[in-house]
Amino acid sequence: MSELIDLTAAQAAERIRAGEIAAAELFDAYRERAARDELNAFTWVADAAPEANGQSGTPLGGVPVAVKDLFCTEGVPSQSGSKILKGYRPPYTATVVAKLAEAGAPLLGKTNQDEFAMGSSNENSAFGPVLNPWDRRRVPGGSSGGSAAAVAAGLAPWAIGTDTGGSIRQPAALCGIVGLKPTYGACSRYGMIAFASSLDQAGPFTRDVHDAALLVRHMVGRDPRDSTSLEYPGEIELPRAEDLKGLRLGVPEDLTGSEGGIEPGVRESFEATIKLAEGLGASIEPCRLPHAPQALSAYYLIAPAEASANLARFDGVRYGLRVAGDSDLVTMYSRTRQAGFGAEVKRRIMLGTYALSSGYYDAYYGTAQKVRTKIAEDFRAAFEQFDFIVTPTSPCTAFELGAKMDNPLAMYLNDFLAVPMSLAGIPAISIPSGLSQGLPVGFQLAGPAFSESRLLDAAHALEGAIGFDGRQARR
Amino acid sequence: MSTGTVQYEPVIGLEIHVQLSTRTKMFCGCELSFSDPPNIHTCPTCLGLPGALPVVNEQAIHFGIMIGLALGCDIAERSLFHRKNYFYPDSPKAYQISQYDVPLCLGGHLGDVRIHRVHLEEDAAKLNHLGASGRIHGSDRSWVDFNRCGTPLVEIVSEPDIRSAEQAREWLILLRTTLRQLGVSDVDMSQGSLRCDANVSIRPAGTTELGTKTELKNMNSFAFVAKGIEAEIERQKRLLAAGEAVVQETLHFDPITGSLTPLRSKEEAHDYRYFPEPDLVPVLATEGMLAAARADLPAELPAERAARFERELGLHADTARLFAFRAELGDYFERALAAAGANGGAGLEPAELSNWIAPLTERIGSDADPARSKVTPEGLAALATMVKAREVSRDAAREVLTLMVSEGGDPRAIVEREGLGAISAEDDGLGEIVDRAIAADPDAAEKVRAGNMKAIGPLVGYVMRETKGRADGGEITRLIRERLG
Repeated sequence: MSELIDLTAAQAAERIRAGEIAAAELFDAYRERAARDELNAFTWVADAAPEANGQSGTPLGGVPVAVKDLFCTEGVPSQSGSKILKGYRPPYTATVVAKLAEAGAPLLGKTNQDEFAMGSSNENSAFGPVLNPWDRRRVPGGSSGGSAAAVAAGLAPWAIGTDTGGSIRQPAALCGIVGLKPTYGACSRYGMIAFASSLDQAGPFTRDVHDAALLVRHMVGRDPRDSTSLEYPGEIELPRAEDLKGLRLGVPEDLTGSEGGIEPGVRESFEATIKLAEGLGASIEPCRLPHAPQALSAYYLIAPAEASANLARFDGVRYGLRVAGDSDLVTMYSRTRQAGFGAEVKRRIMLGTYALSSGYYDAYYGTAQKVRTKIAEDFRAAFEQFDFIVTPTSPCTAFELGAKMDNPLAMYLNDFLAVPMSLAGIPAISIPSGLSQGLPVGFQLAGPAFSESRLLDAAHALEGAIGFDGRQARR
Repeated sequence: MSTGTVQYEPVIGLEIHVQLSTRTKMFCGCELSFSDPPNIHTCPTCLGLPGALPVVNEQAIHFGIMIGLALGCDIAERSLFHRKNYFYPDSPKAYQISQYDVPLCLGGHLGDVRIHRVHLEEDAAKLNHLGASGRIHGSDRSWVDFNRCGTPLVEIVSEPDIRSAEQAREWLILLRTTLRQLGVSDVDMSQGSLRCDANVSIRPAGTTELGTKTELKNMNSFAFVAKGIEAEIERQKRLLAAGEAVVQETLHFDPITGSLTPLRSKEEAHDYRYFPEPDLVPVLATEGMLAAARADLPAELPAERAARFERELGLHADTARLFAFRAELGDYFERALAAAGANGGAGLEPAELSNWIAPLTERIGSDADPARSKVTPEGLAALATMVKAREVSRDAAREVLTLMVSEGGDPRAIVEREGLGAISAEDDGLGEIVDRAIAADPDAAEKVRAGNMKAIGPLVGYVMRETKGRADGGEITRLIRERLG
C-alpha cells in the first residue's frame, strides 16, 4: 500500500495505463487515507471510487484529485469554509472540476480552507484549522491549506486550490510541495465561489513539477461561461529541462530587501537556490519592481472591495444559513450574516464596503487600481530584461497555530512576496527549496502571462538540482 | 415677497426602462417569460448561486445599438458594466449589473427632446406579498419569482427638455412607436415591458436655473404619466405659492387616488457603491456590430415619417405627428391615400383625405385601430373623393361614415340606397327651393340684399332642412346671392 502512495500522480497514471494497478485500487488507497485524515484537511471524502469507465484510457488515468471546498461540485458539500454555507450542495459542478473529471481525475474529496479564501493560515475556517503535516502544532498556510496539507501528507496524489493573493503558492511553500498560480484567465472561474473576481485563479498542488504541468494542462482553456477566461495559446508542455542555460533571473530588491521581513532561514535557502540556478547556467541579477512594495496595500483594497459585493448574495433568502428576523427583512439579513460569517470575513467586507463608499471610492479603490496598473507595468518592464523574477515564496516558514491570529497585519504580510504577481495577473510557481529548522521553504518563479510551459521547465530543472525530499510528511 | 403673480414653467425629464424581447436573459441562457408558472426559467447565474458567472447577451447589445442609432446617439466603442450594490430579495446577487459612467450610448434626440444616455442592465425578480400592505413591510409572507430576474433592460434617459405633462405623454408615445418599429421590445406599459419615471421641477418662466426636482415612480399607463406629472406640477406650485420649498424626494403615484406619497427614506437612501463588474470584460462595439445594427433598422422611423407627412404630403404638423407617432393611423392613412390615387382621386389632396381620419376615430373610439374597423381604407378614400367631387355633401358624408362604421360597405352604394346624393342647381330644382326660402323669409332676404351677409344664415338653413343636408352649403350660398345680388 505504502508503495502506491509513494508514486507521483504521473507515475501512478502510467502504472494504471500499463495495467499494473487498477484505478479503483489507487482511488481506494487514497480514499482510506483521506478518511483517516488527522490533519482536518478534508471537509468531505468520497464514499467509493467512481464506476470504472475506461479511465485507464484518459490522459490523467483515473488518478483522483482533492478539490478545495470553494469549487462547486454537484450534490457534494461546497461550503467555502463558511458556516453560512454549511451543508450547501450546489446543483452544478465548476468547469475546472468537470474538465479534470473528464480528463480522468475523479473527485477524491473536498478540502478545508480559510473561509471564502480569506486567510494565510487556514485558521479562518468554520470547520476548524488544518494542521501542517511537517509539524502538527503549525499551520499549513492558506487559504488553500487543506489541499496543500493533503498532498504533502500523501492523503491525495494531487489537489487543486485557488490563488487570489498567494493562496496556492504560500501553503505549497509551507507544506513543502509544488503550487502553481496560472495566468489570470487561463482557467475558468465558473463554479468557483468567488472571493475577488479580478484575482481568483485556480491552480494545481502536486508533489513535483511534472505533476503540476500534467494537471494544469487539463485545467486551462476558454470557457463560454466565464467571460474573463481566455483561450490558452497552444498547449502546456510537460517539463523536460535539466538546466537553466541562457536564462536570466531577476531578483527584485524592492521585495527581497529589508521591507519583506524575510526570515534568516528562508533567506539562506533562497540564496542557496540562487547558487544552484547559477550552477545550472542561469544568470542572476538584481532587478527593480518599484511599485511592488505597495502591492499589499492595493490588494487589501481591491480584493475586499470585490469581496464585499461577491459575498452580499449570502443573505439567507435562497440558500445556506438563515436566522429568522422576527418578520423584519433587515433584521433577518443582519442576524444571518452576523451568525454566518467569521471575524476575518466581516473585517474584509467592512474594509471593502468602506473602500467603495461614496466620497472614498477615488481615494481608496481608484488609487489602488492605479497602483495595480503600475505594478503590471513594472513586471512588463522587468520581463524585457529577465525571463523570470525569483523570490522566496513566503517570508517565513510554517508558524505556530494561533501565533498571528490576533494580528491581522502580521498575517497579511505572509503574502508580501506573492501578491504583486496576483495583481499583475501573471503566472508564478512555488517549489520546495529545502528545509529551515525542519520546516519547508518555498522558492518562487514568476514569468510573463502565458509563460507556464517555460516556467514549469525552469522549475523542473531547479527541482532536480535541489533534490527536495518530502517523504517525511507522508508518514 | 409675493409669489401670487409668478408664472411657473415645468421642467420634465423622463427615465424609461424597456424590457428587450431577446430570446434569452441578459447574462444567462434562460428564456424570457412573462406568464409562465414561477421559477421555471432559472439557472445558477440568474439565481445568483455561489460561483455562477454572467455572460453578456449579444442580441441585447445588438438591440441596444439599434436603439442608440435610432435615437441618434453616439455609440461607445468601449462601454462598461458596473455592479450597483443593494440588498433586497428581488436582487439575488445583492447587486444589479448595470452600466454606469461608461454607457453604450450617449447623446442623441427623439423629436425635439434630447437624449442624455441609453444603457443596458438586468431586471430584478418579481416579489409577491401576501397581506394587506401589498408591500414587503408588514406582509405576512413574500414570494420571489425569478423568471423575470435577469431580463434585459435598456434605460433611456432624456434631457429635461419637456415642458408639460401632455408633451411628456406624447413624447412617450413617440418613443414607444419607435421602439416597437425597431422590433426590440413589446413596449407594453400594462405588462411592465415599458416603465416610465419622471423627474419634475418648476421654475419661474423665463429663468434658466433648475428648481429642485422630485422623482415620480409607478406611472404604469400613458394617461397616468400625464396625470401624475400634472398632479406633481400643481403640488409644487402650491408649495412655492405657500412660501415652502420643494424637497428632493421620490414619490409614488397612486393612479386610483391620484395622490403622490413619498417612498420611505430607507427605501431610497442608497449608496450603491458602483464599481466595474470584474466578472465581465468591456463591451466593444465593432464596426461589424454597428453595420449589423444599421442593417436591421427600419427604413423610416416615426420622427422621420412625421417630417415626411408634413413636408411632402402637406399635412398639418399636429396631424403629421399624430399619424407618425400612432403608426396604425399613419399606416391606415397611407393605404387610403394609395387607394385614392388608384381611383383617380378627383384631385383629392392628402391633407383633405387626412381630415377624414379624425371623424373615423371619433366613431370607432379614439384609441382603436381603424384597420380593425369595418371601414376599409379604400372605402374611406372613396368617400373623401365623392365629397371632393361634390357628389355628396360634407354633412351627408358624415352620415354615410356612421353607416360604414356600423355596417361596413361601399360608400357609393350607401349614398344611393339612402338617397343621400348631392342635389345640384341644374338637375334637381335646387333653385326652386332657394326661391321658396327667399319667399318664406322676406325680412332676411331684404337684409341680404342690403349687404348684410350675416342674414344669409336662416335662408341657407331653410334649404338645408328642405334637402336633408344633401345640398352643398357653398352652392346654396352662391344661388341665394345670385338671386339677391
